[in-house]
Amino acid sequence: MLGRDEKVSEVRLTAAQYIILGIFLILAYGLWKLQVMESGYYASAAEKNRIRNVPVLAPRGKILDREGRTIVDNYPSFSALLLRDSTRDLVGDADLIAQGLHLDPNEVRARIRHFASMPQYQPIFLKEDITPDELQFIEAHRNELPELDTIMAHRRLYPRNGFMAHLIGYVGEVSEDMLNQPQFELYNSGDVVGISGVERQYNNLLMGTNGSRQALVDSHGREVGRLGETEAIPGKQLKLTVDIDLQIAAEQALEGKNGAIVAMDPHTGEILAMVSGPSFDPNDFAVHVSRDQWNKLVTDPDKPLLNKAIQAQLAPGSTFKIIMSVAGWQEGIAQDLHVNCTGGAEFYGRRFGCWVKGGHGPVTLEKAIYQSCDVFFYTLAEKLGIDRIAKYATALGLGQKTGIDLPNEVAGVMPSEEWKIKNFKQKWFAGETISVGIGQGAVAITPVQLLRAISAISMGGRMVVPHVINPVDVPAGYVEAARYTEVKNVPIDPNGWTFVTDAMSRVLLPEGTAPSAHVPGIDIAGKTGSAQIVSLATRARFKNSDDLAQNGWFVGFTPRRNPDIVVCVLFQGGEHGRLAARLATQVIKAYVDKQHRTPQKMVEKPKSKGTVDIGGLWTEPGSDGGKEALHGGRFVLDLPKKPLAVAVAAPGMHQ
Amino acid sequence: MARYVSYRDFDWVLLGFVLIICGLGVMEIHSATMHTKFAGAHVKQVYWVVAGVGAMFVISLVNYQALLDQIHWFYIAGVASLMAVLLFGQKYLGAKRWIHMPGGNHFQPSEWVKLILILAVAKYFADMRERELSWPDFMKAAAIVGVPMLMVLKQPDLGTALTYLPIAAMGVFLGGLQWRQGLTVALIATVGLGAVFFIPRVHVLKSYQKQRLTSFVDPELDPQGSGYQVEQSKIAVGSGGLWGGKGSQTHGAFLPVPQTDFIFAAFSEEHGFVGALGVLLLYFIVLMRLTQNAQTAPDRAGTFVVMGVVAVLSFHILVNVGMVVGFMPVTGIPLPLMSYGGSSVLFMFLALGMVMNVRMRRFVN
Repeated sequence: MLGRDEKVSEVRLTAAQYIILGIFLILAYGLWKLQVMESGYYASAAEKNRIRNVPVLAPRGKILDREGRTIVDNYPSFSALLLRDSTRDLVGDADLIAQGLHLDPNEVRARIRHFASMPQYQPIFLKEDITPDELQFIEAHRNELPELDTIMAHRRLYPRNGFMAHLIGYVGEVSEDMLNQPQFELYNSGDVVGISGVERQYNNLLMGTNGSRQALVDSHGREVGRLGETEAIPGKQLKLTVDIDLQIAAEQALEGKNGAIVAMDPHTGEILAMVSGPSFDPNDFAVHVSRDQWNKLVTDPDKPLLNKAIQAQLAPGSTFKIIMSVAGWQEGIAQDLHVNCTGGAEFYGRRFGCWVKGGHGPVTLEKAIYQSCDVFFYTLAEKLGIDRIAKYATALGLGQKTGIDLPNEVAGVMPSEEWKIKNFKQKWFAGETISVGIGQGAVAITPVQLLRAISAISMGGRMVVPHVINPVDVPAGYVEAARYTEVKNVPIDPNGWTFVTDAMSRVLLPEGTAPSAHVPGIDIAGKTGSAQIVSLATRARFKNSDDLAQNGWFVGFTPRRNPDIVVCVLFQGGEHGRLAARLATQVIKAYVDKQHRTPQKMVEKPKSKGTVDIGGLWTEPGSDGGKEALHGGRFVLDLPKKPLAVAVAAPGMHQ
Repeated sequence: MARYVSYRDFDWVLLGFVLIICGLGVMEIHSATMHTKFAGAHVKQVYWVVAGVGAMFVISLVNYQALLDQIHWFYIAGVASLMAVLLFGQKYLGAKRWIHMPGGNHFQPSEWVKLILILAVAKYFADMRERELSWPDFMKAAAIVGVPMLMVLKQPDLGTALTYLPIAAMGVFLGGLQWRQGLTVALIATVGLGAVFFIPRVHVLKSYQKQRLTSFVDPELDPQGSGYQVEQSKIAVGSGGLWGGKGSQTHGAFLPVPQTDFIFAAFSEEHGFVGALGVLLLYFIVLMRLTQNAQTAPDRAGTFVVMGVVAVLSFHILVNVGMVVGFMPVTGIPLPLMSYGGSSVLFMFLALGMVMNVRMRRFVN
């Protein structure tokens, strides 16, 4: 028993003191561990807590035409950004965010989850090109939804109504697929990159380098200060070889039609115009293309997304006869070939008809070209054989990619015995050669291939690589300039060259196949073609349905030798080449008219003086009022202080 | 028996150290809330401290022995107030802890019950006449603390309920706990805790409580929840380094509630290892001074009262600082004397008043 005054055990009180001491030593150790041993780690963790990198988006480079006129520009727009480095419950806020930005809440949640494994500093681009009321929603909810932010982006402004859409292409957010490909390894998720056309081909040049802004933030994600800014490096501007004036002419020619028009300078390979129809409006996808809209474009039988100039593989029809003529001449057969056309002929036990049912009568090479006699070329094909035809066609680039600087060009097919065995494990039948002679059968080429081949023939064998930018205008390192200046010489006998081009110049004359396309005063040489997509018999069974109508072709150039411009027209469902020829001559006429308008030689502006000396010659009646006499003189002109504005007009475009 | 008490016997040294700690607390509250909606909280804290000191002087005048004689009434009143909370309490953030008082004040009975328990336990063990603790005595002591503790758990307020434990533990320890009893209790507690955690059918802990505890074990599991708080607290403390820094964690609002539960983290960030260790030393001096007062107490009851205060204070420091440095789970226990909050400050000063009360009567008997 204890007495009332007996004290509590002294030992236990001391023990309690030691226990307290123990507790304090443990706590002191905890502080020492964090603040002395690991303070470096926590100091950097605190740094990371405070600094947020906000991207500053670089504008893409402008796209200009060959004269420096703007085709594609940018306009400022706001994107809604979801920052992931705050402590907010993003999934919990998804409903409100989706409501305010007019998005599907499930999609928002899915995107947040999709990004869960990405680094925290990487924001999610929720919506691009937000409307003013969505911008207002974000501003009004700065406190409730601090994770929601906006960023100014430069959006692409393309010409309206699909003007030049196939050549230019369009941009879009880089896809998961692309990110997995090695050539896109430098791209980040969320980057806007070129998806097609020039935008894709020259993406590295056009795309700038994004900068970033280091912002001091608190744990609610509110910016409380700025540390520094790495400026965005804008993309380089790109000058195309295309001439807007010519492009407009080509667009107008093909308006409402299926097909393609390509115009090229045969000396350099510079593409002057390229249209594919029907077109699409790239502005529709610049922001967000709806599923319906996309499906409509993809399932449209007229394939508006296809750049038919480089992606349509079709039988060249009678235009192929020019290649046949060159092959026949080089082999010494065509120049001496005389055929009597009776509207058809029998080869290898089968009758092959000529497009003129009554026949052309006696035909030589010249008439065979401007009258497009099938029987002549059947005969020539039989004499040449498929391998000799293939040799020349291949040398002129048919059945191969031209190497044009646009993505997804297709190769087409130039058949040969070897080709047949390789692809079909079958021997070539001699009868197949006959169809090839008039550009039917297995031959499938793209408009740009045909353009290049005919261009080479018009130049006496000088074959260039088509391209849409002038490598000289591009900073070194972005483009393999050598690729586009490469010239191949196909040996063509000068006499054959003269003969064939002379014959071609008669195609648009009254005796030719396309007299209606004749333009007085312009020396146009060319060749029409109408290619069946099914045999005439089959087409008859479908009651001559328009879907099976023949494709009209025309390849023409001016002047007839060493021309300034070559134009190839594919008019799908155009029935006859003469209709295609009219489209081509519209473009050629626009070209020639422009050449007449543009002074060929300009006086160079003096650097120091405000005046210019001009020497001139003129005639005027003599002093007796009779005979005209030649006079000469020197003029000193004052130069205007400001350069005169050059009027420029292009649909859907601003300067 | 002359019952003359004098303020000469008041522990002015203890009060001095206590006020230094309070002063550091007020400073840190000012710094941590400067740019937040709690700005000005440090002024309120000064008022609470002044009120606390006043209450301390008042309670030191009432003879603790007289209080102990009436403790059963206080105990009944305490349990009744806890019952009132459960029945009529104000629900706030999922827990009923407060009763609305006239005049817009909130009354949190669980704080005062702490004080009553210190006295009740002291009374119980002071009246015990055995040198060694028997099992029935142990069970009775456990029941005295256990009943209000279960009621607080029911609110639910795990943190406060846990602070009742050290009162019982200290009483039992000083009251003559035997080694075998200690081991048995430790074993049962271990098994019990295991059951609470690993048998899903046992719903003693709320899910947020479990989450706090599991995220303590693996903070990576829940970076945005309580694990996040511990992580931010560790970053704050660690980035303070040896001499302290600008306090970006505190001022950037990365640190949760830097003026209450995480005030020590905020202080450590701004004043470094040197400052934090200094504060720990101040607390240690206070605790040693208190145990010294317990030793010089006029009777067993006095010793138990003072050591009860020591137990509660040590436990608060252990759990709060332990949480701040990442050794303990987040339980919502404030750091006495430093953390912002009227209830906490008043409780501490009333408890110190009891200590003064005992000390001033050390020569009386």
